[in-house]
Formats: sequence, C-alpha cells, structure tokens
Amino acid sequence: MPTLAPPDIAALPASRLSHLQLLEAESIQIFREVASEFQKPVMLYSIGKDSSVMLRLAQKAFYPGPIPFPLLHVDTGYKFNEMISFRDNLAKELNLDLRVWRNEQALADGANPVALGTQRCCGLLKTTALLDGLRNYGFDAAFGGARRDEEKSRAKERIFSFRDKAGQWDPKNQRPELWNLYNARIAPGESIRVFPLSNWTELDIWHYILLENIPIVPLYFAKEREMIVRGDSLIPVEQSFVKSLPGEVQWIKSRLRSLGCSPCTGAIRSDADTIPKIIAELVSFRSSERANRVIDHDQDGSMEIKKREGYF
Amino acid sequence: MPTLTPIEPDFAIEEFLHAEQQKDLLRFSTAGSVDDGKSTLIGRLLYDSRNVYEDQVRAVTGKTIAPGAKAPAIDFAQLTDGLRAEREQGITIDVAYRFFSTQRRKFIIADTPGHEQYTRNMATGASTADLAIILIDARKGILTQSRRHSYIASLLGIRHLVAAVNKMDLVDFSEDVYNTIVSDLHTLLGQLNPDGNAPSLVTIPVSALDGDNVVEPSTRTPWYSGPTLLQHLEEVPVWTEEATAPFRLPVQRVIRPDQHYRGFAGQIAAGTIHRGDTIVALPSGRTSRVASITTFDGDLEKASAPLSIALTMEDELDISRGDVISIAAHPPQHATALEASVVWFDATRLETHRPYLLKHGTQTLPARVTRVLHRTNIQTLTDEAVNSLGMNDIGVVEIESTRSLFFDPYAENRASGSFILIDPQTNATAAAGMIRRSLGTATAIHTPTHKAALLSVHTPEQATTLEAALLAENFAVVRTKLQSQPILRSLLSLGLLVILEGIPTEHTTVGLELHTLEADPQSPNAVAAFLNHLRAVHILPAQKGIEEQQS
Ligand SMILES: Nc1nc2c(ncn2[C@@H]2O[C@H](COP(=O)(O)OP(=O)(O)O)[C@@H](O)[C@H]2O)c(=O)[nH]1
Ligand SMILES: [Mg+2]
Repeated sequence: MPTLAPPDIAALPASRLSHLQLLEAESIQIFREVASEFQKPVMLYSIGKDSSVMLRLAQKAFYPGPIPFPLLHVDTGYKFNEMISFRDNLAKELNLDLRVWRNEQALADGANPVALGTQRCCGLLKTTALLDGLRNYGFDAAFGGARRDEEKSRAKERIFSFRDKAGQWDPKNQRPELWNLYNARIAPGESIRVFPLSNWTELDIWHYILLENIPIVPLYFAKEREMIVRGDSLIPVEQSFVKSLPGEVQWIKSRLRSLGCSPCTGAIRSDADTIPKIIAELVSFRSSERANRVIDHDQDGSMEIKKREGYF
Repeated sequence: MPTLTPIEPDFAIEEFLHAEQQKDLLRFSTAGSVDDGKSTLIGRLLYDSRNVYEDQVRAVTGKTIAPGAKAPAIDFAQLTDGLRAEREQGITIDVAYRFFSTQRRKFIIADTPGHEQYTRNMATGASTADLAIILIDARKGILTQSRRHSYIASLLGIRHLVAAVNKMDLVDFSEDVYNTIVSDLHTLLGQLNPDGNAPSLVTIPVSALDGDNVVEPSTRTPWYSGPTLLQHLEEVPVWTEEATAPFRLPVQRVIRPDQHYRGFAGQIAAGTIHRGDTIVALPSGRTSRVASITTFDGDLEKASAPLSIALTMEDELDISRGDVISIAAHPPQHATALEASVVWFDATRLETHRPYLLKHGTQTLPARVTRVLHRTNIQTLTDEAVNSLGMNDIGVVEIESTRSLFFDPYAENRASGSFILIDPQTNATAAAGMIRRSLGTATAIHTPTHKAALLSVHTPEQATTLEAALLAENFAVVRTKLQSQPILRSLLSLGLLVILEGIPTEHTTVGLELHTLEADPQSPNAVAAFLNHLRAVHILPAQKGIEEQQS
C-alpha cells in the first residue's frame, strides 16, 4: 500500500508558508476551478467583511484579467444606508458587474420582521429572494462567504455544497470531497453553493483585511451612534421597528460585529475604531460572532433548518 | 509545554499580530469507533485551550462558566456534534471541521464519524490531513473501526499517526493495559505497511473526560513521560516536502485579458519553479522557459507548492485547462492504463467496463475499471479475490482511460497521484483513487489524444466518411441526429468527438462551439480538409506521437 516516506527535515526550505498564505492559495484554487467548470457562476455579495475578503480573493484568482462572473446582492430592503452606499461605490470603483435582487412582491406586501416574526421575514426576504434571484439569472454555481467556524451546522458543510432542484441542502447525504478534487457535475436545474472561505476563522478574516488593506463598511468601526439601550442590547435607531421608551435613545460609542438587516442586528459597545483594535476586542471577547444576530436564537438548530430550505 | 497563556484584554496587539503572522497550519483528522470519545476529546481540546466561545458553552450547559470556577459538567461532545439528527441519535454522521490555535500554530480538525457506513466521510476528512488521531477505548483495545481508520489513514498517506488511548480513568490509569494496547498497535502498523514504510506513531494515555494528558500533563500517569496531546500537535513537523519534489502545475485556466498577456493559472501541486526554468507542457510535449510568475501582489522570482500562481512562457505554447506544466528535467509518468487503490463510496456497486468520469488534477476524462484485483479484508488484513467493489470496500483495481494521464505515484505525491471517479449518470462521487503504478506504458505512448468537439455534418454520406476517418485513427467518436442540447453536452463532457448529422438548429447549439464540415458535395476533399482544420485548431493531435516530439 502507498505510504509516504518521512520528511527529510534538513532538506526543508527555510521559507515556510504561513497559514494565511495557505488559506489564500486554497481559496484561489477554488475560485478558478468553479469559473472553469460551471457555465454561469455568480458570487453572492453581502457587503460584509467576509464578502470583502472573497472579492479580494476573486480579484487575485483572475489577475491580471477581470473577475469572470457577476456579483449578486440579495437586498432585503432593510440594509443599513452605509452598506448600500459602500456597495455602490465599490462596484463603480472596481468596475464590477453587480446585480441586485429583492423580493419586491413581499416588500410591497409590507413584509417586516415585527409583523411576520424573524423566521418568516428571513424566509421571504432572504431565502426566497436568493432562490428566485439565482433562478431568474440561471446561475448554476454560487459563491458564498460562509465559514465553518461560524456555526455548528456550517462546520459540516462541504466546500462544494450540492443543492437539489429546489435549492435545498441534504446534510445527511453530502458528496464525498477528497483532496482538492471537486465534483462539479450537476443535472439541469441543480446547483452548487461554493464556500471558498470554509477554512478561514473570524480572526483570519480580520487579519487578512488588515494585511491586505481591504476596504470594509464603516459600520464595523466604533463611533458615536444613536442607539436604543435596552438591557444588554443596543438596537440601532436607523429603521428600527422597536418603539423606544422614554430615555432609551442615547448616543453610544458602538459598532456592529456582523452586518445584517437593520431591524434585526444588534450593536455592541466598543472603542474599536481601527482594525487592530477590532482584533484585540475579538480575542478578548470570547463570544461567537453570530450571537448578536437575533435570527439564530429563534430555535435550537435554526441555522440548519434555514440551510436545508436553501438559505446560505 | 504547550504555549498557552490566557489573553489579557489590554495585551500588546502589535506583538500578537506579529506572532499570528508567523503561525503555520496543521490539519489533523480524528478517527475511532463510535463512543470511543472523539467528540469529547475535541471538545476538551477546544475548551482547555480556550477556543470555545462562552455562548457556545452556555448553549450546551444552560449556564455560564464563572471565570476561575471549576469547570461545570459540560457535555463536551455537544460542542461538536452539529446536525440535528446527530444530536438526536447521539452519533456523528458527517465530518465536522473545527478550528483552534495556540501561540505557535493554527489547527484545523476534521472530526470524522466512526460508523462503517460513513467511511466516505471519514475519507473526506482524512484526505487533507497531515496527522491522524486514532482513538482507542482503553477498556476495549483495538476494534475493527480503529483498524479500518488506521488502514485508511495509511492508505491516504497520512504520515503522522497519534494513538490516544482514552478512558484511562476507567482502567485505573493502568500502565499494563496501556502497554498491551501500544504493542498491539505497533504490530498492526507493521502489518499495514509490510514494506517498512510505516508512518510515525506516537501513543499517549489520556482521559478526554477529565482532561489527563490532553493539554496539561497528568499526575495520574507518573509512568508516562511523553508529551501531552497538544504538545505533540504543536511540535510535529508540518508536511512541507511538496516544495522539494519535482515541479508540477495542473493548469486550471488560461488567463488572457488582452493579446499581450497569456498566463497559465493553477495551484502548484508539487515543487518549486523559478523564473527562467525550462518547463515541458503535457500532453503536447513542447518546451519553453518561464517568462514570469504572476500574482496580484507582483511578480515572483520563485514559487513553491501549494501556492496559486500564473505562469507566462517565453514562447507561444498552446496550453489549456487539463494540461500539466512540469519541470522539463523531471517529467511525470504517463499512461492510459493504471493500477490504483480505491475506496468505493457509492451505494451502486463498481461495474467493470462501464464508463466513469475520472477527475485527476484539472482534467476529467472517461475511464473504465477493467479489472478488480482484490479487496482488502480489514479484519484479517488479507486480500480477497472479488470481481466488484461495494460501498465502503477498499481494494486495488486496474483502470484504463481514453487519454494519457500525467501522474506521479500517490506514494510520491498526493496531488498528482490522486483521482476521483464520478458516475456519469447520477453525478455521484463514486470512489477515490490513489495511483500505484502505470501498466504497460508501451501502449500508452502511441495513444492519440484529442479534445472533445461538436462536429456538424449536413449529409449522411459525409458523416459516414468522417466517422470512418476518425475511427481509423482510434479516436472516440459518436454519431447522432438528436437535436438535443443536454444530450450533446453530456456526450461532449465524456470527452468524445460528436458528429451531429443534419442541419443544426440554433436552439440546439446555442452556447456550444460548432465545427462545420464544408457542405459542398462537389468537393471530394472536404473531409480531408476538415481533418486538417481540426488539427490546426488542436482538437486532433498533430500526426506525430508525443514520444517523437520529446526526443
Ligand atoms: N469515563 C470516561 N468517559 C468518557 C471519556 N471520554 C468519553 N467518555 C464518554 O464516552 C461516551 C462517548 O463519547 P463521545 O465523545 O460521544 O464519543 P464518539 O462517539 O467517539 O464521539 C460519552 O458518554 C462520554 O462522556 C473518558 O476519558 N472517560
Ligand atoms: Mg461523537
């Protein structure tokens, strides 16, 4: 049987690759593989820090050529204004083919998280919008910025994650995925979600943003912001559906740890107004990043349920 | 000692980031029988090395851990068993990836399932690992699953094995029990690797539940003087020999933004390339020198595996996706017939002589298993003569592909010696393969190589003439009148030359590249001219064989 001879330590090159170089090389290989094997790939661009890193990696993968696929932003209609202006400026500056998709029908019917509950609202404005958007353009592969360290069901996801004709994930029957040999074969109507950041941690993402000088939405940086202060929670006033009680609205030095929809994303008190300070805060915090997203607390395993239904 | 220290809120961030940037990466997989305590061990590693977020701990205990308090009764396995079905059944179905780091290193753990029926997920987790932890229940010794996992770890070329002999608390930390298991393990590894090429084995007595010898040395095993598990993980040399092997670049893509730049992009599978090195492009066999090594961050003087780069050449070479660029002095082997070890994943049994798609590097081509040599019985480690393989079987087979593969044996190079087999009907990943050697290279040398192409021929007479001409040269040809785009696409994806007879409709061929045979029936040389055209655009190979070009 094949076995590998032990390494000759003396012959090893002095220049080892760092973990970030290894992760970058792996992600670039994934981008190139998808762009070559699929007819109509797309990158789901959510404006957040992970999407920002994905975008830089895509630029690197096809340099000096352009990124050979469009970006799709699934806009729930409840994104912070700073996110939308950041997105539009970046698309112009980098000359990106950016498409925006919204569930206009649901928005016209007045869908919002208070009337529908977080679960149903996400279902309509995120999951349904995403599936409709992908179907409308006929995309057969979609890059997403999810990482395995984010959440327990994501920890099990393949890099090439197969979706059936209804866009759904079957976690009990995933394709084996060996080495870096990805099986890109699908039947018409099926698709693959691709996660090039699977093996990156939150700390890796921030460190890479720092080293690469990657632009991110200013909402990540602490500054005085108008917040409804309720118990431990800071609820941004912008587009809030929460009615503030007298004295609850205050200017607080705060920032967002992850960018969701304005009605459902809590802020944190923070002085971190630079990336090194954000990293310092992260390593001393010891609380996983999705905890300040209201959506995950609905029910045990809620992320897995959403993913089965087609959410990222 | 492990280099763990608690991180203070006002620590020096510059220093931290500097240290962070120096860290390398170790990927390891865990394996063992169900209930040996894999999930508990990983939960313990994460918890004791302070890599578990408090809200995750709260989610599995229902209470917050006060700093400094004695750890509450945490069900550590709950920290890692992610899927609902797994939490309900209390077993691990699929690989869960976990991340943690110490001051020296980043770690990616692939926590793999123990049940035999999930062997495919175990192989998935092990395929990218540098090290495997085999877990053994001290009360039970080496069970079938531990043997299976040791076998797969060896088969997949994992060089460092660690046997964690767990639940030592349940055998009173007995040195005798431990020593018996250790000696059984050495015997097993010797049997698995009769050629003496066994991976290194380190054995550690632990209690995952109580934490003995996981991160901190135990006071309850005074007879054990080796490293704790975490110490060993921090110190084991990371696999870097890829950088010293002969250079191989499977071409993923040609980057061509304008006529001034033509870069061949890929992830270096092995070795190091310098600007100015002489390379050979395969299968064409043409040579050139590296003009530049392109990256977004500037050109490099040299680059090593596993970096993702693009190369430009001094000469105009016709290289496309699926080709391999090699250092000219040490080209890989090539063959159309191979002997390989395979792990069969699919519920549908292997069928000899049925076409599968073989993905190797960046090329996918039709291949058939011509013979099953044997299946290995994991229990007895003997080879059994069989003529097929079923789900979770491991065996050795002979494979024939329609075009040459340029490869290194898996034992020399994981990246250029591995492949997967895909069922072209269901698209399932049916098997993973590890190339052992080539069979009969002599026949392989003269096997012509052609690319898939759609050939439009308007009259049946011309289709017959063309088909005969292509078959005469041993090309894989199929002739059809079906104006169905999905059918044409799947035939093309099998690597065939597809002759489409009749006038093609726009609907059928939209998005497909079409080569049309001159329709003038008066022209007697239309077929010959068409063949020349196909050679000129490199769909058919030049009439000389590879060997002649190389010499
Ligand atoms: N006494 C004792 N029990 C353990 C130890 N490690 C694991 N267990 C228990 O063994 C059972 C199976 O553990 P689990 O981690 O789920 O095993 P897995 O199936 O290999 O992932 C659980 O009840 C654990 O609490 C140990 O070191 N000592
Ligand atoms: Mg388990």
